[in-house]
Amino acid sequence: MTDTEPDDEYAQRDDEEEVSFFGITFPNDGTMLLVLLLATYALYLIAGAVIGFPVRGLVNQLGQLTFWIALFAMSALALNLQWGYTGLFNIGIVGFMATGVYVTAIISKPVYGTGTSAAQVGGLGLPLSVGILGGVLAAGLLGFLAALPALRLRADYLAIVTIALSEIVRFALLSNTLSEGTVGGYTLGLGGGNGLILDFTDPLEALIRALSLPFDLVTGQEGFLWTEIYIGIIVNGISVFTPGNPKSVVDTFAYAAVLLLVLGGFYVLLRRTGNSPFGRVLKAIREDEDVTNALGKNTNQFKIKSFVVGCALMGLIGILWFGTQGSVTPNTFRPRITFYIWIALIIGGAGSNTGSVMGGAIFAAFLFQGPRYAKNVIETVLGEPSAPSSFSQAVAPILSADIVPFFLYTVDNMRQLQLVLMGVVLIVLMHRRPDGLLGHRKEIASSVPLDRPTGNKSLASDGGETDE
Amino acid sequence: METANIVQNGRQLVTKNPMAAFLIVVGVVLIIDVVRQLATGDITFSRILSLLWDGLMRGLVIGLAGIGLSMTYSILNFANFAHGDYITAGAFAGWATTYLIAGGFGAESSVGSLLLVGAGGSVFGGTLGINVVSTPLAVVAGLIVACGFTIALALLMDRFVFKPIRGSGGIPLLITSIGAAFAIRYLLRFVFDPGTRGTTAAGAVPDIRPTIIDGSVVFTMHDLALIVVAGGLMLGVHLLLQRTKLGKAMRAMSDDQSLSRITGIPTERVIRATWIIGGGLTGVSGFMFVLWKGTLSWNDGWLLLLLIFAAVILGGIGSVYGAIVGGLIIGIVASTAVIWIPSGFARAAAFFVMILFLVVRPQGIFAGRSTA
Repeated sequence: MTDTEPDDEYAQRDDEEEVSFFGITFPNDGTMLLVLLLATYALYLIAGAVIGFPVRGLVNQLGQLTFWIALFAMSALALNLQWGYTGLFNIGIVGFMATGVYVTAIISKPVYGTGTSAAQVGGLGLPLSVGILGGVLAAGLLGFLAALPALRLRADYLAIVTIALSEIVRFALLSNTLSEGTVGGYTLGLGGGNGLILDFTDPLEALIRALSLPFDLVTGQEGFLWTEIYIGIIVNGISVFTPGNPKSVVDTFAYAAVLLLVLGGFYVLLRRTGNSPFGRVLKAIREDEDVTNALGKNTNQFKIKSFVVGCALMGLIGILWFGTQGSVTPNTFRPRITFYIWIALIIGGAGSNTGSVMGGAIFAAFLFQGPRYAKNVIETVLGEPSAPSSFSQAVAPILSADIVPFFLYTVDNMRQLQLVLMGVVLIVLMHRRPDGLLGHRKEIASSVPLDRPTGNKSLASDGGETDE
Repeated sequence: METANIVQNGRQLVTKNPMAAFLIVVGVVLIIDVVRQLATGDITFSRILSLLWDGLMRGLVIGLAGIGLSMTYSILNFANFAHGDYITAGAFAGWATTYLIAGGFGAESSVGSLLLVGAGGSVFGGTLGINVVSTPLAVVAGLIVACGFTIALALLMDRFVFKPIRGSGGIPLLITSIGAAFAIRYLLRFVFDPGTRGTTAAGAVPDIRPTIIDGSVVFTMHDLALIVVAGGLMLGVHLLLQRTKLGKAMRAMSDDQSLSRITGIPTERVIRATWIIGGGLTGVSGFMFVLWKGTLSWNDGWLLLLLIFAAVILGGIGSVYGAIVGGLIIGIVASTAVIWIPSGFARAAAFFVMILFLVVRPQGIFAGRSTA
């Protein structure tokens, strides 16, 4: 009792169980996740190396893959809080992401006329950290407004309300009326269909400069970590291997690494929440709201909290997603992004945090980036062939046993087929494995282990007193 | 006595249902604003009539498609998100047929372009001169194929996608239907390419333009076709539900599935009938929608789906009449909203009305009336 923390003592031990995946047994979830990630990277590298992909392209692909893995894993975790823990059916995720990005943009974009894009609407010109905070709070607030009426409703109604809300957000971003205006002396706006140029400070640079503060005091040089270490040593060091704009390659990796760190933060937060009394009430609501209510818990309050926190996290994910993209347009935030995140969660298994991360990784690697990478690889192998421009031109030669045009058309339209594939995967998952890879565990609801004590005498056998 | 009663009722409304009272206030404000706009000349009476007429037409399409959604929602107990893509699939099947016939089976353009409904701008509906008067045969054949194809699609999807997990509850079915929706939608996009095509000879549709009070309002032949088809089918569904044994069985099933099975109703057969009727109406609504608006695109049905959900929820899930009335309300809201708000928000206004309705009266207008 003394050598372990109570938290560890009472935490669920689910992830110590053996798991099997495609017939391979792993000692626990963490190992499985690690092996899976390594295997994915190896596969990408091998595929690239076999066809002689240029090193730079390959490295870029891996950086992007990491970015998407982190992004979808975070999104699946945030959704896990709402759906996996509490049973709130949110299919308007993308609306909260958009809110986060746009509010951050408005707060942190340089004031009108001073930015790199003078023709665009400006922002408030506040530091990026304030912008991110504002974006997260705005997404949370929107979640709160949606939750107030919607949480009284059935799950399928909540689904319809949230997806309608996300479309309302998109229409608002698209509208001409809100695209530009003057508020309190600032020229602000949502940019309409053209979107916004995100000309605030590069978040990576902002972060490194912020971390650099103690070093700056020692060295007496402003932004020491950024100019000396990051640009001076790392970027210049890499330029030996890939001459010609090495910074973008390093940036991709550094940003992906930051996202992985944030993902770690998400994981710890979600895990602690799940094992806390608060999290147990959420799970109780998911299983049976009436019983939880009867036990004296104000379930509405718990549901609203869980929903708002989840939405705020989604806002943060949106901000992180577009932090380094340079611009944002409203039509990015179509409901299919929500659909991606749901597939990621369902692959991993709703309710399991490790599963959410794994689902995000599998989705990003094999369903999201995989087909696009395969398209790149195939087109490189075939020497950029010209595909038929319409389906009829692709199908007609099949009659004369020539399937090459159809194959080329298929490769060319991989992005469409990818969504068909995702749809089919979702259907098959719901048929064959609705609990996902790791969602099938029994959850221990009590805060203390209920197993009959075995072996040595336990606390109970000597009257519950300890004499240490 | 009378005024006292009204005051009493008003007080009860405000205290017991503040949301409803608030909505009434908003409604009054909107009406006052219309009067103001009419007085200042910001809007003409004929423009309001045009918008109402447009909304009515939209409402017929939404209502017709909503019947199918409402039936499956109440009998199978899940919100079918693939419904919107059934509409698109039906529309594409029907319009491929219409193009093929109007294009003289390859006389006007290659059969491939005709069957792909002029993918990539290879042939235009306007060039083929398609409208309900000059090519009635092509339009009617398209309508029938749209109906038949959507029935086949609905049955096929039910057999392979929904039936295997029918017992696992509404939410897993809903998630599965989202997967089905994306698969169908992007398969259509893969085959028919992402462009929006004009399907009818827009200028050549016969119309009348009577002057009403302060301007002219346009009524076209396609409006009439839509009214005839939608009205006829709605009447048909009403008769089916009220007069036939099948209709009685369907109403029983939507009330209580277990009880109806005990009574000896062949539930699987009723479910199949539900998909056939719902699918057929959906395909027809998709075809008529495209005929009426004159354009066709791969995500038409998806864009319509949320409005259809709005209509079905507004009318009360499971009520066929509710779906029709809800469809008309949502259509009119979406069309007339531009009187008060910028046009970019018209659809948002319809969604907003739906959300408000969910809060104020989640059971819908026609709830509790057993109509199937």
